[in-house]
Amino acid sequence: MAAKYELKLGAATREAFGKALVELGKTDENVVVCDADLSKSTFTHLFGKEFPSRFFSCGIAEANMVSIGAGLASSGKIAFVASFSAFVLNKGFEQLRVNVAYSGIPLKVVGTHSGISIGEDGPSQMSVEDISLACSLAGFTVISPVDEVAMFSLVKQAAYHPGAVFIRAGRVKVPVIYGPDQKFEIGKGIQLTEGTDLTLISTGLMVAECLKAAAALEAEGISARVIDLHTIKPIDRDIIAKAAAETGCILVAEEHLVDSGLGVRVAQVVAETNPCVMEFHGINNTYAESGLPEEVLEKYKMTAADVAVSARKALARKKG
Amino acid sequence: MTRTSDLSELQAMARTVRRDIIEMIGAAKSGHPGGSLSAVEILVTLYFDVMKHDPANPAWPQRDRFILSKGHAAPVLYSVMAESGYTPKDQLNTLRRIGSIYQGHPDRRFIPALEASTGSLGVGLSLGLGMAEAAKLDKSPSRTYVVLGDGEIQEGQIWEAAMYAGFHKVDNIVAILDNNRIQLDGWVKDIMAIEPLAEKWAAFGWHVIEVDGHDIVALQAAFAEAEATKGKPSILIAHTVKGKGVSFMENNPKYHGVAPTKEEVELALKEIG
Ligand SMILES: Cc1ncc(C[n+]2csc(CCOP(=O)(O)OP(=O)(O)O)c2C)c(N)n1
Ligand SMILES: [Mg+2]
Repeated sequence: MAAKYELKLGAATREAFGKALVELGKTDENVVVCDADLSKSTFTHLFGKEFPSRFFSCGIAEANMVSIGAGLASSGKIAFVASFSAFVLNKGFEQLRVNVAYSGIPLKVVGTHSGISIGEDGPSQMSVEDISLACSLAGFTVISPVDEVAMFSLVKQAAYHPGAVFIRAGRVKVPVIYGPDQKFEIGKGIQLTEGTDLTLISTGLMVAECLKAAAALEAEGISARVIDLHTIKPIDRDIIAKAAAETGCILVAEEHLVDSGLGVRVAQVVAETNPCVMEFHGINNTYAESGLPEEVLEKYKMTAADVAVSARKALARKKG
Repeated sequence: MTRTSDLSELQAMARTVRRDIIEMIGAAKSGHPGGSLSAVEILVTLYFDVMKHDPANPAWPQRDRFILSKGHAAPVLYSVMAESGYTPKDQLNTLRRIGSIYQGHPDRRFIPALEASTGSLGVGLSLGLGMAEAAKLDKSPSRTYVVLGDGEIQEGQIWEAAMYAGFHKVDNIVAILDNNRIQLDGWVKDIMAIEPLAEKWAAFGWHVIEVDGHDIVALQAAFAEAEATKGKPSILIAHTVKGKGVSFMENNPKYHGVAPTKEEVELALKEIG
């Protein structure tokens, strides 16, 4: 099942975001973009080059950028603001809360360089709390696409989504999971493999690790279902409740603080629907460190092998 | 090296620090050479002449405080700290590797002698104000030095700090603006112009000293003037060249955050001498 995924390396999700913006800009002159001196890193420079009059350079001033974006959005523009996830959310949080969420303004907020996979720059530029922060904004839709295909499609949908949206993007190139014709719907998770013994639920770059873990488990005779929750909020209750009922065991894996990200949100749904054994795989109460992305991911246990260890632990508990 | 006011010794140290920076970032294959090289004379003058500190006793309560608010220039700070004797010189080339004390941005978890973990721009001046106020409460002679980037001062918090310092007459803090005119995506004047600088800071109640940021004698005089200025915070607007000392990096926005190749490292080391 899981072996059917080739997982060939594709573009970074931040690059797909930049390309989607250019497409949007071409078809809709209402689309505007704000940057805070990171346009080459977030790939908004592609839009800036193509549509300079609709590109707003805010300097290194993320809080100001968020409120300017909110002003643009409240005046009928389809406004995107982008920076590293750590900066746009942390520096702009008050503005996101008051000018965007509380005011009901449909601003589109994109945070790149999320998680710890940015590598060498280290914790000040990493974002292990962005899912938590974004989900705590009432009314926000929170999206975390797994690959370039998902990002491209979901950015374009987000543009026309009636509410505020946060999109989580990564720095490094990631495996392509989806074919070019895959359909995505905001709020609907995607079941990638069938499975009866347990379910691996994930988002972003950990989905590929879950697929690899599922293939390894399959070789041991364990049948693992894999679900990509590209939309974290609103969460897909049906796909979770069904997995809980049918497999009776769920492991959530995420490149985020384990006690405030996707896992706790899945757990709430499980508790409210079909309670079952759950385990949580993520970053434990710390800020990681510098290193090559693959070294950092390995040290902080964000690999398929680590996911498989947690999966076996969950299964052992299920068997009692 | 022990502290000295001797110009030729300080200039020799500046060359050593430039070599360290190029070698470290070259070995790491990532990092920020431009803004490290522009701040070399500023940090050398502070660490080896102006600041009162004791590498053998980093927790000495009356030490002067140093904050590299533009934390991406970590290599210049790591070099002066290692050359001062705080941290091992022979590990400088582990910069940015997993487990290294020389993290991508200054990280107190790995180097406790650092006054601040930095890397998110815009916060260092406020942090320094807290340290300066604490020194006043403790009747300590400790002074606080904060190095800011010119792109960095686009952050609103910098101006909140500027207003506080002027209003509260925090005269034991010195800000040093590394005015190299380039930020991440290009020239400051094209992204969000910040001029007129001297007038802005003066309007916020600061004593403003404009100085050639690569002229050690001028920097020594400027720091002395700052120390002699009572009842006002001081800022050195240090006119610098991003990438200073390496011809192909000078005034070249590309080298904000791109490491030199092996060949470029050799070329750069030859130029620095
Ligand atoms: C809050 C925040 N936003 C964005 C960044 C990304 N960033 C790193 S360096 C830099 C440019 C800094 O320019 P400047 O202050 O002029 O530094 P220098 O020229 O001395 O390197 C940016 C935008 C950051 N580190 N922190
Ligand atoms: Mg600069």
